[in-house]
Amino acid sequence: MNTSASSSAMHSLAKVSHPHASVTIYLPLKKGDREGFRASEPLLKTVDARLRLAACGLFALIVVGLTQIPALLTALALAGCAVLAARPELAPTLRCLAALDGFMLFILFFLPFTVPGEMVFSLNGTTASYEGVLQAVEILLKANAVVLMILALLGSLGSVELGHAMARLRLPVKFVQLFLFTVRYIEVLDREYRRLRTAMKARGFRLRCDLHTWRSVGYLFGMLLVRGIERAERILAAMRCRGFQGHFYPMTEAKPVDRRDYAFAGLSVAAACALIVLEYLHS
Amino acid sequence: MSEPLFRLSDLHFAYDSGQPVLSGAHFTLRAGDRVALTGANGVGKTTLLHLMVGLLKAQAGQVEAFGRPRIHEKDFVEVRPRAGLLFQDSDDQLFCPTVSEDIAFGPLNLGKSRAETRMIVQRALASLGLEGFENRVTHKLSGGQRRLVALATVLVMNPEVLLLDEPTNALDAETRERLIQILDGLPQAMIVISHDEDFLTRVTQRRVRLEQGRLMEG
Repeated sequence: MNTSASSSAMHSLAKVSHPHASVTIYLPLKKGDREGFRASEPLLKTVDARLRLAACGLFALIVVGLTQIPALLTALALAGCAVLAARPELAPTLRCLAALDGFMLFILFFLPFTVPGEMVFSLNGTTASYEGVLQAVEILLKANAVVLMILALLGSLGSVELGHAMARLRLPVKFVQLFLFTVRYIEVLDREYRRLRTAMKARGFRLRCDLHTWRSVGYLFGMLLVRGIERAERILAAMRCRGFQGHFYPMTEAKPVDRRDYAFAGLSVAAACALIVLEYLHS
Repeated sequence: MSEPLFRLSDLHFAYDSGQPVLSGAHFTLRAGDRVALTGANGVGKTTLLHLMVGLLKAQAGQVEAFGRPRIHEKDFVEVRPRAGLLFQDSDDQLFCPTVSEDIAFGPLNLGKSRAETRMIVQRALASLGLEGFENRVTHKLSGGQRRLVALATVLVMNPEVLLLDEPTNALDAETRERLIQILDGLPQAMIVISHDEDFLTRVTQRRVRLEQGRLMEG
């Protein structure tokens, strides 16, 4: 009896451990990895991509509508906090901001001089208006707040993830496909451009300020365009060969939303409401 | 003898402006045939394959596929999944962001359910030794991997005929060998365009040469 009991115990143990053998090797490792990953990773990165995208859209929409400086400063501060929470790499973030602000300053420089209103200062006889300065500051704040928020919320998303999130949010299929096609083929086109450019260099071509340069560069871009169209035709042909008849059937499915996601959604809505309230309080 | 899979009779074709590419081409493909399609560069080998699946329309002559004459676009819609065309440049064929989505594209178009498609994708990857490639991003694959994935996207449609346009083009020796092994194990009839003599002798048993718009056996 003893032997039969022990054998049955062993049997059940073996039975239990067998299906678990692979699981016990794999699961804890994976789970541990993921937990470790989650702990060291900024919280924002673990939020569902759809929510991040939606929050980003909501934020941009509201900020674009704000007109009061205190509300805009709050929006900028919120975006700044989001960036701190997302902890993106410093150098690319700063480069991105510098590119934006360089462009914006150049554009906004003329605004005070072209908008009529109360004079603040004059430069070489042209007067700058208070309204113009205010508008310039407003635009600068809006642009920076939105870009910072995009960097914080979407910067860590890969382009494929972003495309999938857009599809799951039920954005128009054509728009999503256009985005994904761009992502897919921009590198192919870039390769083609580089190949042509290298071939030109190999034959001694240098950018100069003469007709030959202009013509050659024209040929280069013309050729890229022609090749792009030809490639698009071949891609469509290949798609038709696989039964494509104008409809896409997405394969993606959404992961269930968890507590973290709900918290993020709640926070986003609260921030949005706060911005709107601030706007009304000051107007 | 069984009904031929493809029968091309007296095909004439020319691009909008220019020399005729095909002028009276005849050709028959039967089940189990493995045909090497050879000919000089630019003679119209790819054009012939595109005519067979209706991507181009012949100006005269008849394309008969799977026992029926095919004339209009809607006739060819049915032909294409049954005659899998592997393109010369895999970048043209792989347009989805990830490998599994790309392989799933064909079966989904054919009306398979998502669950079914997922199984088909797994099976296809396993059969080509590409396990673990599901979520790889297609444009970051190496040239050889891309060719194999492109082949997988064709094979998942369960074609009866394979039309391979320079399949060994720009492949390294190892991937080329792997491709030969894979093709050797497939039951489908094939038409293979290639300039790789050794590859053709190992994969095909019949030669057809395209010259001056006509197809010549041997």
